[in-house]
Amino acid sequence: MIEFSDVSVKYDGAPDWSIQSAQFVIPEGELALVVGSTGSGKSTLLSCINGLVPHFTGGTLAGQVIVAGRDTADHPPRALADVVGMVRQDPLAGFVTDVVEDELAYTMESLGIAPAVMRRRVEETLDLLGLAPLRTRTLRTLSGGERQRVAIGSVLTAQPKVLVLDEPTSALDPQAAEDVLAAIQRLVHDLGLTVLLSEHRLERVVQYADQILIVQDHRVTQFLDPAAAMLESPVTPPVVDLGARLRLNPLPLSVRDARRAARPQRELLLAEQNGQAEPPAARRGTTPIAQIDKGHLRYGNQIVLRQLSTSIQAGTITGLMGRNGAGKSSLLRLLVGAESATSGRVQVGGVDPKSLRGASLLAKVAYVPQEPDDLLWAETIEQECLAADADANKAVGTTQQLLSQLLPGLDPTTHPRDLSIGSRLMLVLAIMLAGDAELLLLDEPTRGLDYAAKDRLSAVIRSHAAQGAAVVVATHDVEFVAGLCDRLMILADGDLVTDDSAQSALLDSAMFAPQVAKVMAPLPYLTVTDLPLQFPPLAETESAANLNPADFLPAETNRSGGLDE
Amino acid sequence: MAATFAPRLLHPGAWWLWALGLAVAASRTTNPILLIAIAVAAGIVVAERRVAGPWGRSFSLFVKLGVLIIAIRMVVEILLGTSAFGTVLFTLPELPLPEWMAGVTLGGAVTADALLLAAYEGLRLAVMLLCVGAANSLVNPSRLLRIVPAALYEVGVAVVICLTFVPLLVADTQRIRVARRLRGRTNRGPKAWGQMVIPLFAGALDSSVALAASMDSRGYGRNTGLTKRARALNAVMLLVGLLGVAIGLYGLLQGGASVGSGAANLGWAMLFVGLVLAMLGGGLSGRRVTRTRYRPDPWRLPETLVVLAGALPAVVFIALGDAAVLTGGASPLGWPTVPLWPLLAIAVAAAPSFISPPVTTAASKRESVPA
Repeated sequence: MIEFSDVSVKYDGAPDWSIQSAQFVIPEGELALVVGSTGSGKSTLLSCINGLVPHFTGGTLAGQVIVAGRDTADHPPRALADVVGMVRQDPLAGFVTDVVEDELAYTMESLGIAPAVMRRRVEETLDLLGLAPLRTRTLRTLSGGERQRVAIGSVLTAQPKVLVLDEPTSALDPQAAEDVLAAIQRLVHDLGLTVLLSEHRLERVVQYADQILIVQDHRVTQFLDPAAAMLESPVTPPVVDLGARLRLNPLPLSVRDARRAARPQRELLLAEQNGQAEPPAARRGTTPIAQIDKGHLRYGNQIVLRQLSTSIQAGTITGLMGRNGAGKSSLLRLLVGAESATSGRVQVGGVDPKSLRGASLLAKVAYVPQEPDDLLWAETIEQECLAADADANKAVGTTQQLLSQLLPGLDPTTHPRDLSIGSRLMLVLAIMLAGDAELLLLDEPTRGLDYAAKDRLSAVIRSHAAQGAAVVVATHDVEFVAGLCDRLMILADGDLVTDDSAQSALLDSAMFAPQVAKVMAPLPYLTVTDLPLQFPPLAETESAANLNPADFLPAETNRSGGLDE
Repeated sequence: MAATFAPRLLHPGAWWLWALGLAVAASRTTNPILLIAIAVAAGIVVAERRVAGPWGRSFSLFVKLGVLIIAIRMVVEILLGTSAFGTVLFTLPELPLPEWMAGVTLGGAVTADALLLAAYEGLRLAVMLLCVGAANSLVNPSRLLRIVPAALYEVGVAVVICLTFVPLLVADTQRIRVARRLRGRTNRGPKAWGQMVIPLFAGALDSSVALAASMDSRGYGRNTGLTKRARALNAVMLLVGLLGVAIGLYGLLQGGASVGSGAANLGWAMLFVGLVLAMLGGGLSGRRVTRTRYRPDPWRLPETLVVLAGALPAVVFIALGDAAVLTGGASPLGWPTVPLWPLLAIAVAAAPSFISPPVTTAASKRESVPA
């Protein structure tokens, strides 16, 4: 269905090839996953499939890409619209019309499909993707998951043979991501569609993949079996890390497989702990930095936050989770004074954040919003960093130093807008961290980041918390919260429904439990690093009963350091 | 019959023709009673049949704009007007102007007659604008795309995207102001504005590129089997033709429709030539376009009724010609007359508030619920 013969891509003005001699064939009906680190060339690879590279983006394409018998060299994207459905990262940016139904019909209108056929296909697609109740809704009022499903539907109505999805779940909460992936799976199974998708959050998708392509340093591997691919991949989901740690063979890709395979280890640990597997008590600081007292926020008739009271302590890292549109961003905006509460009181360090300006704001509150681009206006990364140093009255080089911790090996003369979304986010984070604010607010900081980048981000956040900053992270990324946060707040419909230690809240939740917790339950482990350090493989011993538990139980739960009780 | 009047969105063309009818009527009169009656008629229909969302709420914006226009017109009259007759209200000091500006006087006597006439003329312009505003509130501009001739489709898409771009730009500006504060900067001074423009336009550019990529991927502008030259020729013919139609109509409305006067003859000629050119261009390129339309808006009885309701005042007012009832009675000063027949015609124009099908509840209620 898709055939790459010795394909290399180079953008105009770029010093290096973005993709080098890719050679592979994707047969019909496969669900193929493209895996790779940030900036490794995944998006470029996907854009080759419908001819956006090179027809739309410019640049040079060497070699040959053949999709459904058509050579992309002489077929521009519009001439491939009937065989390739392309859903790019931000669905809202790609919507042409403004109502769900019209959007679904748009591609068909361009293709000149008969009105009666169009009507039938729109109805079918509405049902297939569960969009029927939304048919007359304005696209801007849809939630993230709904938008993604409409975007998929809008290319599906043309009945393409290939569906290409660039990070379809990156902006979605766990439930919405499940819905989207379930819809994709259905398409593969029922319609025999060939699907190619890229995703950073492997824990969400790897179990669905038939084949995996690894993109590393601009080189693309052959097709690999998922289990084999995970052994080679530079990025692996927690369940695979856990499998490797427990030396499970074959390597599990799903929670279910891992749970079944890890039963002996689990029982062993349980026996050792004599059922006293209680999670440690919640760690909370004592000095409150931020306080919200009956904060109420309303837009028109819609209540965003309902009489919410909470306080955030120095030195703690708080996770803020909840559905798309549950009020997470609004809460953060309230804390930075970008929003005024309809009623109630908000205080940061004893003052109303709305009254803060300039350097005094930077010293109190730093907020990294979801759209990092708004905060960038210099020509180069270097200028941006110098401006940040000056704004915060810090020594020259402070921001640059932070940036190199977060994102090593960045060319300081690059234009900020040429960076990938994840890199731009890191740049803004470095800028905002430079002020050493007492309260650090991060809105979805893990979008577009691979696991290694997330680890670096966690380390930087932890060191700031260790120096006494209070951190609040709004995110959908369960695994990130599991590895970082002390405390978890879950918002639903403007109410604070959970406020507990991250460990007990995550272990207790069906939706928000991280993979390791699901596999190891009822043992209270959230991440692979929580596990005992030594873990001999069971196969090498006679039986589990003969093992000496002392071999593998220096049970040090090595979680966020630097917090004094 | 019941199905014809069942809740649905009326054909966008019907609303625009209705609004144009009202606007034409407004352009023919300076009688404030008639003008206000037209504004009220438009307001009633908008209140009953406007669509949900930001466009539906744009009517009040047009009302404010109208008030501004009247105010500006009166200020200009006070400063620059040459009031030759009538009751003098007050006299401003007259500024001597250089010789090459002869004919223009700054300051001088201001008469009640001249001021009232200016107010009526301002009102006329405001009401015409209000009619356009009414059409805007009744029809989402993106739905207009559905009635754009196939040959103009690609131009139409660009125009509609521009239209939706403006409200988005306002939202972006607010976001960037917040972002600047986050970085400890102020929003005052030219330097701040300069720095705000960069993310604003870079963001706008990024989103246009994303949209273009998406449209390209989805078959926009697929090969149509015509050469580039033929397509360009068709488009030019169509555009020139439409321009001719517009100029012709303008000439007719200004110069009176009666055959005989020079302006009217030229107007008719322009209208005819324009129509021929537009139909030729549209027809030729329409044939090659392989686009189809999803659920085209039907044209049923309500559409015809709405257009007729809008056309009636226009026809009545044009037929009345220069009759005294249509002038406001500004000079000599006096109360405007209350003409019965034109008022009745305007009352008919308000009828679409109940003869047109109600806006679909699904389309109106749902949209107002943010996710």
